[in-house]
Amino acid sequence: MPHIYSEKDLDFILYDMLDTEGLLKTERYAEHSREAFNQILETSTRMAEDLYQPHAAKVDANEPEFDGEKVTIIPEVKEALDAYREAGFPGALFPFEQGGMQLPVTIAQASGFIFGAANVSTAGYAMLSLGAANLISSFGSQAQQDRFLSQMIEGRFFGTMCLSEPQAGSSLSDIRTKAVPQEDGTYAITGTKMWISGGEHDMSENIIHMVMAKIEGAPAGAKGISLFIVPKIMVKEDGTLGKRNDVKLAGLNHKMGYRGTVNTFLSFGEEGGAVGYLVGEPNKGLAYMFQMMNEARIGVGLGATSLGYTGYLHSLDYAKGRPQGRLIDGKDPTTPMVPIIEHADIKRLMMQQKSYVEGALHLCLYAARLVDDIATCEDAADRKDMELLLDLLTPVVKSWPSEFCLEANKLAIQVHGGYGYTREYPVERFYRDNRLNPIHEGTHGIQGLDILGRKVSMANGRAVELLIERMTKTIVAAKAEATLSAHATALEEAVGVLVSTTQTLLGAAMQGDVARAFANATLYLDAFGHVVLAWFWLQQALKAQEKLAHGADGDDAAFYAGKQAACTYFMRYELPKAVSSLHEQAKLDDTCVSADPAIF
Amino acid sequence: MKVLVPVKRVIDYNVKVRVKADQSGVELANVKMSMNPFDEISVEEAIRLKEAGTATEIVVVTVGPQQAQETLRTALAMGADRGIHVKTDAEVEPLAVAKILKAVAGEESPELIIVGKQAIDDDSNQTGQMLSALLGWPQGTFASKVEKDGDKLNVTREIDGGLQTIKLNLPAVVTSDLRLNEPRYASLPNIMKAKKKPIDAKTPEDYSVDLTPRLQVQKVTEPAERQAGIKVETAAELVAKLKEAGVIG
Repeated sequence: MPHIYSEKDLDFILYDMLDTEGLLKTERYAEHSREAFNQILETSTRMAEDLYQPHAAKVDANEPEFDGEKVTIIPEVKEALDAYREAGFPGALFPFEQGGMQLPVTIAQASGFIFGAANVSTAGYAMLSLGAANLISSFGSQAQQDRFLSQMIEGRFFGTMCLSEPQAGSSLSDIRTKAVPQEDGTYAITGTKMWISGGEHDMSENIIHMVMAKIEGAPAGAKGISLFIVPKIMVKEDGTLGKRNDVKLAGLNHKMGYRGTVNTFLSFGEEGGAVGYLVGEPNKGLAYMFQMMNEARIGVGLGATSLGYTGYLHSLDYAKGRPQGRLIDGKDPTTPMVPIIEHADIKRLMMQQKSYVEGALHLCLYAARLVDDIATCEDAADRKDMELLLDLLTPVVKSWPSEFCLEANKLAIQVHGGYGYTREYPVERFYRDNRLNPIHEGTHGIQGLDILGRKVSMANGRAVELLIERMTKTIVAAKAEATLSAHATALEEAVGVLVSTTQTLLGAAMQGDVARAFANATLYLDAFGHVVLAWFWLQQALKAQEKLAHGADGDDAAFYAGKQAACTYFMRYELPKAVSSLHEQAKLDDTCVSADPAIF
Repeated sequence: MKVLVPVKRVIDYNVKVRVKADQSGVELANVKMSMNPFDEISVEEAIRLKEAGTATEIVVVTVGPQQAQETLRTALAMGADRGIHVKTDAEVEPLAVAKILKAVAGEESPELIIVGKQAIDDDSNQTGQMLSALLGWPQGTFASKVEKDGDKLNVTREIDGGLQTIKLNLPAVVTSDLRLNEPRYASLPNIMKAKKKPIDAKTPEDYSVDLTPRLQVQKVTEPAERQAGIKVETAAELVAKLKEAGVIG
């Protein structure tokens, strides 16, 4: 059985690339140590291997069932989540004074990566609950925090995010769920919510739904959306449970992947109105949600990376152990067959996966480190800059792994040949699980509009400037290395094309040609992501160069040589795709956008 | 009842061990290390005794290099109370470890010492027995169940062909076998608490123990690669092949 992830690579990214140890110098994280971080990752790994991975195939084959009364999920999921709770993971990110562990986001996300690599659908419950708890922690009143949050930090209550409705998915401004103020200060919530993961089950004492709804008389569109806490079971002021709230399970969705994460269609207020508690101010719901999006979207990108990464390792294990055929220049049938990893095309499939998944891990944890830097930065101007950079990178962090680690899963199946297409091997499941990621938490298309329509132009393009500043430092350093200077130049040229295409597209938009300017926003996002990933690969290759120069040997030498090879591959085979696409985009081509629906 | 638990830092059980090129030993550089799994079982048993109200304090002790402190921290994160690190970079054989443990026991006066039945690196299976002899305490080896019974200890042992239960006078040495328990995961709050738990730094000299190895390693080699098997058609053919191989007369 192959490992679910590479401890060596995670260690390299955390400590060599991101200087996670540097966080220990900040007041917020001074209580921690590298040793404690490693123990937490060790506990994560053992629990993931012992309790999460063993039922990953079983829960996929036995998806949750609803008999009209009750949702049944195989018991292993609850056992895993109980152990997760007992080990204190639900409180990992919360401050000590709230009963949490005040762990850096970088380490908490690395831990999430490990659980995701073992079993993404069981791990999903914890991620959803964390998102809900974060909302209450950031925007809920003290009374709401006392009543709900403490029990979520303890892991006794799970949470959900209720945004979409059957008629309103990407277009949240069109939601219809209604909130009517009551005399006691609560709201009566009525409406239906679609695609609610973790919406109904018996695995936690309670479920806290974070519901988007419109208060009667609110402004139309997105500006009229408010955020409510709607518990599945009422919570009394002393924290004990009361009667069931007016929230009903209308049905389950039967999905392609992520099958262990029960996905529900919920009905609120069939008996007059579910009790909801307004979070923060009226009509600010979407704004609150967006402030939490950065971290949630890092989680999505990292989930995609977990699946891509574990698929890569599974296909690597297979490629090394499967003898088949002989080398193209040595076809003597009397010689033994070679392991398929000896074949050129398999090497290519492995290299492509490696460059995607190891690059994506760096990208996601880099973003997590930015979240930590923002939380610990004492200089207001620096903090503002890092917030801008994170805002800019968020659509890339969410989308690039979702697209390209899914592609990696496709390649992992390819390495397995026919066996990869069967359910006897897990790579087809990884692919099905990962297929969700370009869809949820803002589709791939929405992310494209986000980066081109909002992010690159915000603060007069300051975010892009900041990114280029950071890239330039790497480029300058790499130019001084004989083995890397060609890569540095390739990245420099790609950045130049990215900037000029961005200017062309934004210029067209300013002149009113919005339709053509944004027509290929998704392709722009992909190309942007490739340029960013080329930067991460150059950073890794630089570090590898340094390690090799300092006499790394044995397995270490192979590890760093692998980093350099993947960087070379990315610069030679992947980055040119982005440059070519950016050149095309700058032509403001309208082949698709001008197509009459009648032609299809 | 105070419980002493020795723990050893060994190559992680997941790592494929490789022999050094000069055949002087196995490759330890850049290899993942962790606590000997049998020692984890010992720590777990001590914690369970404490949770049951039988044990009052759990002291973990290790003999090894600076990094062995990480192994003590792991034991502390599981729930042990404090640690003793006998620091040495030298190669230590079971007899030397047993002598150090005897001296530690002299200072700490535990009523029970739970030793892993063997360490997964050298598989010696000697330390517990030697310690028992040096101390003159009774021993219950290969334990799959440990129960306090008044001032005695009932130990169920895994022996050839079944289980044997013996009653030991205290203080005693017990060596833990695989089925004694399933060790817990170090929880996040306990990992944080472990940072503040004390670890005493000691050296072998503090206990006046001479670590000089009594054995000399001639060379270390990989096990011979298994040869491919053959299929036989009939029982007669099998018998013939076995005779040919000289395994039956």
